[in-house]
Amino acid sequence: MGSNKNININLKIWRQKDAKSKGQIETYKLDNVSTASSFLEMLDQLNEQLINERKEPVAFDHDCREGICGMCSLYINGQAHGPASKVTTCQLHMRSFKDGDTIYVEPWRSKAFPVIKDLIVDRSAFDRIQQAGGFVSVNTSGRTIDANATPVPKHDADRSFEAAACIGCGACVASCKNGSAMLFVGAKVSQYALLPQGKVEATQRVLNMVRQMDEEGFGNCTNTGACEVECPKGISLENIARMNREYLFASVK
Amino acid sequence: MAKSAFLKSSIAKKYWMALTGLFLCLFLTGHLLGNLQLLSTSKDAALHFNQYALFMTTNPAVKILSYLTYISIIFHAIDGIVLTVQNRKARPVRYVMNKPGKNTIWASRNMAVLGTIILVFIVTHMVSFWARMHFDKAMPLQTISINAGGMPQEFYVTTDGGYIPKMQVDQGQIKIENRTEFYDAGANVKIKEGYKDLYKITVAFFKQPQYGLLYTILYVISMVVLGFHLYHGFGSAFQSLGANNPKYNGLIKTFGYAFAIIVPLLFAVIPVYIHFFIK
Repeated sequence: MGSNKNININLKIWRQKDAKSKGQIETYKLDNVSTASSFLEMLDQLNEQLINERKEPVAFDHDCREGICGMCSLYINGQAHGPASKVTTCQLHMRSFKDGDTIYVEPWRSKAFPVIKDLIVDRSAFDRIQQAGGFVSVNTSGRTIDANATPVPKHDADRSFEAAACIGCGACVASCKNGSAMLFVGAKVSQYALLPQGKVEATQRVLNMVRQMDEEGFGNCTNTGACEVECPKGISLENIARMNREYLFASVK
Repeated sequence: MAKSAFLKSSIAKKYWMALTGLFLCLFLTGHLLGNLQLLSTSKDAALHFNQYALFMTTNPAVKILSYLTYISIIFHAIDGIVLTVQNRKARPVRYVMNKPGKNTIWASRNMAVLGTIILVFIVTHMVSFWARMHFDKAMPLQTISINAGGMPQEFYVTTDGGYIPKMQVDQGQIKIENRTEFYDAGANVKIKEGYKDLYKITVAFFKQPQYGLLYTILYVISMVVLGFHLYHGFGSAFQSLGANNPKYNGLIKTFGYAFAIIVPLLFAVIPVYIHFFIK
């Protein structure tokens, strides 16, 4: 790519030894960063520099590095997954920044996502919400019914699939001024509620998942819509409305 | 069977906020339609307004609605305080660098501040008008000036459409009891009832030589704040109640924005008209 060039940047990164320590912002200068590199590759480059200087490298979450696993996070320059729209941090490239830029890198901030070290937070609260009802109970004795044997209206299947695109990264919680997890839970509730297989347990599912969400210490949704804008998978607020509906009907049943 | 925490769950708080908020939108509409009578240029404008005020303070159906309104305001405010406190706790460590303007509108992020200003406005507004209407012993009664044989004479207007000469009250033949009732002083029997002159105190409030302009400006500012509150709140209520459908979202949004602009604007026109244009 002909437009590749190298830039020099200043990084202001949250450093925190462990969950109990008090963290602070540290400043680093990083030169010769290729604009073709991803944000995580840039952090790799910084860590190499830190290791060469015999300093502790910056801890951050990452896994697939192709935008589908939901492992990477980072609040970059005041936005979840950085300034680009509908991408995870691993798919954010340094061409989004200019030579001489100062870039703030912070962990997700939420009572329910405590910092483990540096930029890594504990997102197991999402796992516990999922375990509270984000599944369909299927008999796996060997006589399972083929999923395609149950007809699903195309429109519902599409909405369900869009909700299932949620990778559980937590950007919704991180960008919400209330630290609410309703986009995540709304997507997980919707994904099943829209399908005939999921309708069987719909009532318990929404009640249990919402209860678990509240117990984890997430805030209350006030419909600011920040989550939908910052979601790397474009999960729609429609899913929160669907959860609100499901919850209302489940509560009066 | 899972139990629903219907009264205290995060989603239930949304329902309460939405239901009370939408009810208050209905109240605003009704209140506005009533208040718009203050813009009337008819010579009976004051009488019509005071008749309307009497109806609004005595009709039993209106009474039920007004109690629902008080309860809604209180619930809406308490729910808002609970939300604000809990939501602040949900993020104990704040971001060093945050750009919320990139993903949300200002009104959506500041509903608590806007709501608090509106609550202060409601309290002062009720002290200025509602409390006087209900409790003020010095509340004036509606009078009318009639030209009797070349000499203009003041009469009290009574609820049966009759008149009582002010002179008779001033001279003590008729006395006023219980703020609005006319009694024959000799026989001590109630003969007629007058109208509290809410029109007069409303006009006087915004035309006070010293503070009239200030009150008018504060009223207009409060309506701007209300407009921002509604700008987020109206559409938000539908989302909270689960009414989000691509088919109707455009309509709800447009209607909400129109409501948020038109209703506060018309409210604000009234004191401005009174202050600058009523003689």
